[in-house]
Amino acid sequence: MSFRLSDGRTLLDDLNLEIPRGETLVLLGRSGSGKTTTMKLINRLLDPTDGEVDVEGKSTLSWDPIRLRRHIGYVIQEIGLFPHLTVEQNIGIVPRLEGWEAEKIATRACDLLTMVGLDPNRFAKRFPRELSGGQRQRVGVARALAADPPIILLDEPFGALDPITRQEIQQEFRGLQQRLKKTMVFVTHDVREAFVLANRIGLILDGKMVLLGPPSDLLSSTHPEARAFAACFFDTHSAGSAS
Amino acid sequence: MNLIEFLLRNRAEVFELILEHLFLVFVSTGVAIAIGVPLGILLTRKPALSKPVLGVANIMQTVPSLALFGFLIPVNLFLFNVRILGGIGARTAIVALVLYALLPIIRNTYTGISGVDPAIREAGRGMGMTDRQLLFQVELPLALGVIISGIRVATVICVGTATIAAAIDAGGLGRYIFRGLRMNDNVLILAGAVPAALIAVGADLLLGFFERTIQTAEAVKARSRKILWATGVAIGILAIVGLINFSSGTSSARVAIGSKDFTEQVILGELLAQSIADKTGLNVERRFDLGGTLAHEALVAGEIDAYVEYTGTALLAILKGQPASDPAEVYRRVKSEYARRFKVDWTEPLGFNNTFAVLVRSADAKKLGLKTISDAAKFSSQWRAGFGQDFISRADGYEGFARAYGLRFKEVREMDLSLTYRALANGQVDLIAGNSTDGLITRYGLVELQDDRHYFPPYDAVPVIRETTLEKHPEIRAVLKQLGGILTVEEMRQLNYAADGEKRQPKDIVKEFLAKKLPQ
Repeated sequence: MSFRLSDGRTLLDDLNLEIPRGETLVLLGRSGSGKTTTMKLINRLLDPTDGEVDVEGKSTLSWDPIRLRRHIGYVIQEIGLFPHLTVEQNIGIVPRLEGWEAEKIATRACDLLTMVGLDPNRFAKRFPRELSGGQRQRVGVARALAADPPIILLDEPFGALDPITRQEIQQEFRGLQQRLKKTMVFVTHDVREAFVLANRIGLILDGKMVLLGPPSDLLSSTHPEARAFAACFFDTHSAGSAS
Repeated sequence: MNLIEFLLRNRAEVFELILEHLFLVFVSTGVAIAIGVPLGILLTRKPALSKPVLGVANIMQTVPSLALFGFLIPVNLFLFNVRILGGIGARTAIVALVLYALLPIIRNTYTGISGVDPAIREAGRGMGMTDRQLLFQVELPLALGVIISGIRVATVICVGTATIAAAIDAGGLGRYIFRGLRMNDNVLILAGAVPAALIAVGADLLLGFFERTIQTAEAVKARSRKILWATGVAIGILAIVGLINFSSGTSSARVAIGSKDFTEQVILGELLAQSIADKTGLNVERRFDLGGTLAHEALVAGEIDAYVEYTGTALLAILKGQPASDPAEVYRRVKSEYARRFKVDWTEPLGFNNTFAVLVRSADAKKLGLKTISDAAKFSSQWRAGFGQDFISRADGYEGFARAYGLRFKEVREMDLSLTYRALANGQVDLIAGNSTDGLITRYGLVELQDDRHYFPPYDAVPVIRETTLEKHPEIRAVLKQLGGILTVEEMRQLNYAADGEKRQPKDIVKEFLAKKLPQ
């Protein structure tokens, strides 16, 4: 599948991959390499110029985009919590759009807050601006999980956090991942994060997938971009820093 | 009489004018919201439209209000047999106010929604919100504060502009302001301006409070937000229903008499109205105080049936003809041109000429033996002259006048016309150009010098009436014939003085006058 802008620039060039159910695929790459574009093609915020994207065996073009998006949880780096709604209301958005009963939504929000490590009694009625960065990210993840979608897209969800919080939340997320068994596509430029979370890593360079395989492949690859990222991994490791 | 006294004494009328004013503001702001908010939303969906639409709205705001009224009066736009545009009265005023109020509302709706963080919009879309859900659940709530501040600006603009609406008989506090300007009565001007300013401040404070409450949107629970939207929609619907009701209520088989916006015109309007009502028993509607050339436009548009026009004004200001000095010739020309171009008939002249009167103190006239302007010309180099702004600037004004008589004054002072009489009487100036029918001429014992070179065009007062009205009510023709020659300049001065100087009601003055002149 490929994606080009109307001015002819190619953002994604002949990308070809399959993600089995329950896998966590981490898309790794530099800024501007095409990771976010790949995500948006999955939930049809963008349509492919060539080829097709199939979700559950059906081309995204034949899905109703609204149905498709409600079927897929989505977390972006800026989180995009609605500032005029409480934490509870933010989490309840998709269930509400899907017509759930108010009581069921409240229970669900409560469960999810507990799941992402926030005390519902303290946080449910707060507004996003009354939360710290890490707390907001947790709410963002909880919101994406709300209607129990089988697929979750996470676009650098922990990008804006300080190193310590980031490490904590990565560990918790890993636990969550193992419990929930969702199909996840996780975008990051942080190679360490990729190693913590990935079943497979897809390395993207200038719109091309240059490597796709388990994390160990990245370390053994001879591709210059893979070696560059691998070098980063060893650097940060030997320095003992989280970022 | 001071302002407080005036307001207390006339509280019933003041209250009525305030209600009229609030009605104008409420309806026009409501309609502007009903149009502006959806239009602003549309612009966020079709950004290519934003430049042209905001540009047009911007231009609307720069059009002077009287000019805008002038454009709207001849328009005839009907929707399901209801006239929604054109004519004089509140309908046209509301349309004009809506046009003024639109810009801030459209602009703020557009910028408010465009200003919503793109990440929030993307999160919404990514979660599977439809465009409508995104708009109503995310974008509008977040833009509400900005939208309300636009409504706030629009409301204040409407309160201010609505005062000018009195010029087209739309009512409101502008009536006092215009009447005060006409009679050079500061108390009256303030009686209109102060309540209008208070309304503006009050509306601003109220909406400002609203805006702050909204911006701390946390306080607004989903339910009260729903109530808020419902209120907005209700206001819009009410406003439109009010407008339509208002529009449909104006047509009937009455004869409408108009007047321009100065004392003499109101008296002459009364003269036409009372004599037609008395002699024919027809239902007469008064639509007085029309500013600028709006009386003419209203007549041509069929909004009024008759008013009193001056031959010179018709020739110069309306037909844009060359100045001429022979009264009979000017009358003949305007009569034939009006019949041809407007289907309007010039009937019998009322008998007086409201032209410029060149005035001196009677003591000077006696001492120097002055009868004509030519007599005075030789003294002009020792004299100071006082002229109104209008006389200094108009085509048939000061420049040509000085040239025609070879006048060279020691000093020419430009001042408000109504002040020139007193300045002359007090000896601050020695010669002025007043209005020949002004009551102050008699009051201050001033002497009018004869225009022996016939410089000033004649301004004979003549009722003008639509030909269709005469066809429908032929009995009016006889009434207007009776009015021919009914007023001399001196009599007109007295009537004007009764109104301006003695502050009597034009209605009573005319009633008395007609009882004396045309006994039943």
